Amino acid sequence: MINLDDPKKFRALAGQAHQVAMNMLRPISRKYDQAEHAYPKELDMLAAMIDGLSESGAAEGAGAAGVRREEDEREAGGVRNGSNLASVMSIAEMCWGDVGLLLSMPRQGLGNSAIASVANEEQAKRFEGVWAGMAITEPGTGSDSANIKTTAVKDGDAYVLNGEKIFVTAGDRCDAVVVWATLDRDLGRAAIKSFVVPKGTPGMRVERLEHKLGIRSSDTATIIFEDCRVPAENLLGSPEIDTKQGFAGAMATFDNTRPLVASMAVGCARASLDLTRDLLEQAGVVVDYDRPAHTQSAAAARLLQMEADWEGARLLMLQAAWMADNRKPNSLEASMAKAKAGRVGSDITLGCVELAGSVGYREGELLEKWARDSKILDIFEGTQQIQQLIVARRVLGLTSAELR
Amino acid sequence: MSLTSSLRPGGRHGLSSKESRDPIGLAVAALNRLAQSDVLDRIGLRKQTEQAVFTVTRGGFATATRASRAFSKRGRSGAPGERVAPAPKSGVFDLTPTEDEQMLVDVVTELADELVRPAAAEADEACAAPEAVLKAALEVGLPSLGVPEALGGISEERSAMAGTLVAEALARGDMGLAIAILAPGSVATAIALWGSEQQQQTYLPAFTGDGPGGEGVPAAALALNEPTVLFDVLRPSTTARRTDDGFVIDGVKGLVPRGAEAELFVVGAELEGNPVLLLVESSTPGLTVEADPAMGVRAASMTTLRLEGATVPADALLGAADGTTYAECVRLSRLAWCALAVGTGQAVLDYVTPYVKEREAFGEPIAHRQSVAFMVANIAIELQAMRLLTYKAASRAAQGKEFAREVALARKLCADKGMQIGLDGVQLLGGHGFVKEHPVERWYRDLRAIGVMEGTVLV
Repeated sequence: MINLDDPKKFRALAGQAHQVAMNMLRPISRKYDQAEHAYPKELDMLAAMIDGLSESGAAEGAGAAGVRREEDEREAGGVRNGSNLASVMSIAEMCWGDVGLLLSMPRQGLGNSAIASVANEEQAKRFEGVWAGMAITEPGTGSDSANIKTTAVKDGDAYVLNGEKIFVTAGDRCDAVVVWATLDRDLGRAAIKSFVVPKGTPGMRVERLEHKLGIRSSDTATIIFEDCRVPAENLLGSPEIDTKQGFAGAMATFDNTRPLVASMAVGCARASLDLTRDLLEQAGVVVDYDRPAHTQSAAAARLLQMEADWEGARLLMLQAAWMADNRKPNSLEASMAKAKAGRVGSDITLGCVELAGSVGYREGELLEKWARDSKILDIFEGTQQIQQLIVARRVLGLTSAELR
Repeated sequence: MSLTSSLRPGGRHGLSSKESRDPIGLAVAALNRLAQSDVLDRIGLRKQTEQAVFTVTRGGFATATRASRAFSKRGRSGAPGERVAPAPKSGVFDLTPTEDEQMLVDVVTELADELVRPAAAEADEACAAPEAVLKAALEVGLPSLGVPEALGGISEERSAMAGTLVAEALARGDMGLAIAILAPGSVATAIALWGSEQQQQTYLPAFTGDGPGGEGVPAAALALNEPTVLFDVLRPSTTARRTDDGFVIDGVKGLVPRGAEAELFVVGAELEGNPVLLLVESSTPGLTVEADPAMGVRAASMTTLRLEGATVPADALLGAADGTTYAECVRLSRLAWCALAVGTGQAVLDYVTPYVKEREAFGEPIAHRQSVAFMVANIAIELQAMRLLTYKAASRAAQGKEFAREVALARKLCADKGMQIGLDGVQLLGGHGFVKEHPVERWYRDLRAIGVMEGTVLV
């Protein structure tokens, strides 16, 4: 039966996340925006609390690792509302609090999603509780991740990694990094494998931290690998180079992480919408849902348009997560959600600054911060343009050779 | 109308009232008028045969509304009517239609593919829906979709979700024909939702095919639009005045579907400060109907309905007099328009997808170019967002939850992105999109209706 209201079983979880975001993240939001590379020590206690919630089962498997696709019991009627839905809902709430701080949450890195997506049972167990960052991008390679130059050469029972990775989210603070490297540059994307490299492995060093437009509380690192030996059992997935399977193995991660990034944009944008709606109401502008937009004030009409776009992004996000929960292929829907949420996130947070005027632009409110934070969400885990490319290829039935 | 008054600029021929004519301009205009004298002659001719031939392709052509059948009064006046229960409230996020809904969608999709789409271009040209298409829709039982089983309909619970899926599937065939098909059922659904026992027993048998005399399902129309700039549907300028034994209605309703053949209207009017719905039979004295063809949805035979001292009995009031019924009607109608936008948007996507893969430029299919492919991607993304917003509003309506916010958001997105899809559909075909050989120009015209139209259809 068609029903697009929030799943009832996760409303309590989302409510908790909202309280945490309101009472833990918001009070320190501006502090760590200004103290860019300082470690938000408050998060350790929060992480411990979240671990406790996970163990008690109250978190419903939500979080970065909640994207693992497990066989599980189904709801009546065979439809499942599972950990993917729980994850996008709770992450959206946390990002309503602060995107940068969510990205700095111990043990909630995108590397954890990658491990959850492609690790075998033994690896999943071994890396449980590890805070993992994700290292894909290189100085010369961004969206064309098949073109990475970091190499992994088999040497006995280990792989030797060489190369430079940039834009590693939580790269300084995390316990380990999931690194993409190629086994053979001549074999293209099929030869790209991901490796879990624990911090402190000889030959790996954090070179520097970036200064950024937004999500400044999150550390973004450059990491250098020089003859870095990684145990062979840390290679995620199959070590074989299967040219037929191609990129699919490593790329499967993205089907799972893109709805999460969409949820970050949805959460951040709602922070802007909530506050702007309140500020406008205090200024005497109230949206009337029944009356045509063009018979209301321009500010009310703009708010209505932004809310409509926001709701669209949110439902696309829920759809992608619901499909993952029900083990339906969701590559198309994940990219749709990311594309819509990414652009809508920017439009809304920037639009809210404009509507609130100088109140929105000055640092006295957080609106200007959210307008800076949101931009990255239309870039990382696949830019707007990459999402459109994926959607276009799927809809048109074209290969990456035909539609480049 | 005198020649000189018609030469005054402003309000005609797309001229703003700020325009003025100089002597040369006046002379040119007078010449133009003379040159068209044969047209005037034909208009004169038409006047004499107006009862015989009503054609909606020509605007400004007025006649009396048709004589309605005798809807004989049955049931207790003022007694509450039969109501279906809302759908069970669900706590599970789910995008799967029920088996019944899926079956209905399959049947309607076949109807849309086999009959509606092939008839669309001609119906658009003729401003009329072919009899065969309307008949086929009746055979599927569409007008009784929103009518409770107890009253001879097929509805076991609130049918807003099923109605939404049906409207979408029909509009995938053609929006104008979808409206022509759905208009009578919209009136039947309104009576089922808000009618008294007497209103239901008087009118609904005709819509469920159980009426006396085998006259068939009547055409009927939900008339809320008014020809006013910045029209706010919640503040109609059409008025209803209470008299000792009923109401007197005065006003003009625009873009009323199949108004010339309709036997029953649900008219929106202001009564004692609140907007209300009134049942008006077409035989009511004081009604005239005028052709009102528009940019799009032409197959719905749009008309203007004039009510001049139209007198209806006290039991013509449909639902509450405090404006709540009217507001719910407006929301359910907007929901139907959203569903129509989704269906037509899907038609555009289905059409441009193979086209851009076949059409070649610079030695390869244009789909291989990102500027083209990304337009298609954005159509797909925004269309799915429109669909999800529409379904969310529909499922809340069916479950008896508040849905004012959800339908407002759906309408906003469908109006904005639906029109963009219409524009891009034509653009992707280039010059070929601009000519009538392809349907994208029709969808472009139809999609402009979203966000403009009120009433007309509901789910």
